[in-house]
Amino acid sequence: MSRYLTRRLLIAIPSLLGISIVLFTVLALAPGDPFEELATNPNVPPEVRANLRLKFGLDDPIYLRYLHWLFAMLQGDWGFSFASRVNVDTLILQRLPTTLFVIGSSQVLALAIALPVGVYAATRPYSLFDQVANTLTFVGFSLPTFFTGLLFILVFSIQLDWLPFVYRADISATGWRWYWEHFRQAIMPVAVLGLFQGASWTRYVRSAVLDVIRLDHVTTARAKGLAERVVVLKHVVRNALIPVVTLVALQIPAVFGGAIVTEQIFRIPGIGSLLIASILNNDTPVVMAVTFVFACLVIVFNLMADLLYGWLDPRISYR
Amino acid sequence: MDEKQLRRLIGRVKDGKLSRRAFVGRMLALGITAPLASEMLAFCGAARAQEKEKVPYKPTKRGGGGALKVLWWQGATLLNPHFAVGTKDQDASRIFYEPLAGWDSDGELFPVLAAEIPSRENGGLAPDGLSVTWKLKRGVTWHDGQPFTADDLVFNWEYAKDPATAAVTIGNYKDVVVEKLDSHTVKVSFKKPTPFWADAFVGTRGMIVPKHLFEAYRGDKSRDAPTNLKPVGTGPYKFVDFKPGDMVRGEINSNYHEANRPHFDTIEMKGGGDAVSAARAVLQTGEFDYAWNMQVEDELLLRLEKGGKGRTVITPGGGIEHIQLNSTDPWTEVDGERASIKTKHPILSDPAVRQALGLLVDRQSVQEHIYGRTGIATANFLNNPERFRSKTMKFEFNIEKANQLLDAGGWKRGADGIREKDGKKLKFVYQTSINAPRQKNQAIVKQACQKAGIDLELKSVTASVFFSSDVANPDTYTKFWCDIQMYNTTMTEPDPEVFMNQFVSWEVSSKENKWQGRNITRWRNDEVDQAYRAAQAELDPVKRAALFIRINELVCSDCAVIPIVNRPKATAVSSKMRLEISGWDNDTATLKDWWREA
Repeated sequence: MSRYLTRRLLIAIPSLLGISIVLFTVLALAPGDPFEELATNPNVPPEVRANLRLKFGLDDPIYLRYLHWLFAMLQGDWGFSFASRVNVDTLILQRLPTTLFVIGSSQVLALAIALPVGVYAATRPYSLFDQVANTLTFVGFSLPTFFTGLLFILVFSIQLDWLPFVYRADISATGWRWYWEHFRQAIMPVAVLGLFQGASWTRYVRSAVLDVIRLDHVTTARAKGLAERVVVLKHVVRNALIPVVTLVALQIPAVFGGAIVTEQIFRIPGIGSLLIASILNNDTPVVMAVTFVFACLVIVFNLMADLLYGWLDPRISYR
Repeated sequence: MDEKQLRRLIGRVKDGKLSRRAFVGRMLALGITAPLASEMLAFCGAARAQEKEKVPYKPTKRGGGGALKVLWWQGATLLNPHFAVGTKDQDASRIFYEPLAGWDSDGELFPVLAAEIPSRENGGLAPDGLSVTWKLKRGVTWHDGQPFTADDLVFNWEYAKDPATAAVTIGNYKDVVVEKLDSHTVKVSFKKPTPFWADAFVGTRGMIVPKHLFEAYRGDKSRDAPTNLKPVGTGPYKFVDFKPGDMVRGEINSNYHEANRPHFDTIEMKGGGDAVSAARAVLQTGEFDYAWNMQVEDELLLRLEKGGKGRTVITPGGGIEHIQLNSTDPWTEVDGERASIKTKHPILSDPAVRQALGLLVDRQSVQEHIYGRTGIATANFLNNPERFRSKTMKFEFNIEKANQLLDAGGWKRGADGIREKDGKKLKFVYQTSINAPRQKNQAIVKQACQKAGIDLELKSVTASVFFSSDVANPDTYTKFWCDIQMYNTTMTEPDPEVFMNQFVSWEVSSKENKWQGRNITRWRNDEVDQAYRAAQAELDPVKRAALFIRINELVCSDCAVIPIVNRPKATAVSSKMRLEISGWDNDTATLKDWWREA
């Protein structure tokens, strides 16, 4: 087990290096310039921009810039944003709570829908409930979030005028009003993301449960005369959830990574909107940090999923 | 009316009890012309700012206006005005920081931290144009209670002009010398006679930061200043909180240096998202009071306004959407450089072709079908402020006349309907950035050209490439490696000196200057060069305006560029808000005067 862990961690190092090289090169090759707005402002002489580029090391060859970034990163220095001249870690930490709250709640909502609906549908396959649930999940995951997001805004904000569509991370109200305002503004983005995720998870849960429910040990349990509730919860769901747990574990990096499109539509100040704004600004240090952290999280959670799998299913061993 | 009565009236204007306009109206009734009446006021020292109070300020006390919520669809990323890369950053910094003077919608100065606008009459402007003396307003304090003095101005100059600080305002300060004359007077000296003296400490790049908080962070240490993120200024609102790219919050400055201002108790500037939904949040749902830069089709704006919750405010500015005709040959390489000034465009150098193209741009249709109120058809490149606009230039859309011109020029239609002469066909590549209105505009021009036997190949380049200054990329607008291109060029100051350098020979964009020259068409004209040099040194504002008008006429009548529409600033404002926006300064420049009707 520990040998397996060490091996996996050692393998992670070259993959992270590879990822960072690819990211950096692609960013360096992309057209644009963080000081583009200065270039189109006639009152700012071109020397100003040239001087800024020089000062921020943008004119060095790519490999030098990469090595510079790598050594700084190894020492825990994430660099600073060209756009705001603020340290990148500060920027990310500022955005993290909002992303964790919105994306986290949406994942919880997705689970809260997927588990009961998937299990119930699988225990009664091809019943009316199953058919309806199936149709809805299809609709759910074939509608992209940017579409449902805009639809929600049109219906709930503009037609009905019930919910605000501009998300504000710091609401000045206090007490229960604060919670209420936060709840109100989070409903739409959480619903958009949660329903989309929930729809696909429902299908996974349903098929996993269907696989297990036909197995012999379930028939035995029923033959013993156990109550249906006990059979489903103890003998079916527990076994069926193993693949679902890995799936959820693999989804966790996304909770940190944010949802680019949905955050942009609802103006949620999360990691996703930070990433897209930095990409548009050619703000390399921020883009590098966000994507690199995301890559690390993916690798870590992959490993965790694998370990979790073995813990849940003792038949699996690590070598 | 005798002298005493007159003096009393002037006194009332000075106290702000009588508007300048009303005063001039009364004088007109007495047979005194408007300029003479204004001069009387100026002579008697009535501040000029009061004259242009088009939106009266009614609140009679400071505060009590509740929360002001404004939406900038590109969030501010920093709050140090000396680092402000874009308008969004300047706008946000302007909530807290102020310049000595700002520009109003007519392109005139109004004092903010200055006690008065320097003029010849008050001795602020040296007759030789070599210096300007600013008198500072007394009794102004920074948000932390420290007094605002001439030392702060001298510091700002030293701070910004140091290349190690990496300030984007260095251009305003590097060629001037700032001296403190006394605690509330500074003198800005120039190297040569400078008719446009209001650059340092004025407008969008003139905001002043406190010496006592930035002194320790000059040069290389500029990035470490804690005040970069927690501004302490003199503005109407004090800093509360800032999240780069997302939110700027402020609260009322109860020591603000103007009476009864500001009106609102707090301000919240939210960033991010897109222009269309920002327009909705103001005009349709009323969630926000104000939204910046409405780059939205006018049709949609008009539809959203029908709800009655908000209106679109259109403010004149100098932005001009125009077509450029390349005067060099972009398809031949000379000394390793395309579009070199050693070449001449094989076809576009024929004046008949250029004039014909000028007749084939249907500006009225472009205005009616694409831009609406946000693009006004024009024959001039230099449109605003009005004193610089040529009244003689006219535009015309006339396919028949274009055909006649080309026939007369010897361009005969070939078998495919495309005109040719000496084996050269009238075929051009016409490029612009990817942006829906521009593609529609291209189609309108192409259609008309087809009828005149000119074939246009349309090309569109992603905006981030087109407007970049990437030396390695062949598709940038400054390289202009094609025959015709179109974009909007902005005028950030009400003075056309920098704006009009796009037509002088020494600004030609070339390999030598890494394509950073401002003359992108590479069109050159001796008379323009001379007029421009003369304007740079002309201290008489009227003669100077005439020179710029002449340059504009020379450029436009030769069709070096074909102006299409003048693009004013469009903003969305809640119907209860009362404010005035200037096309020559930040949206938040007049924030202190914003108020909301109950």
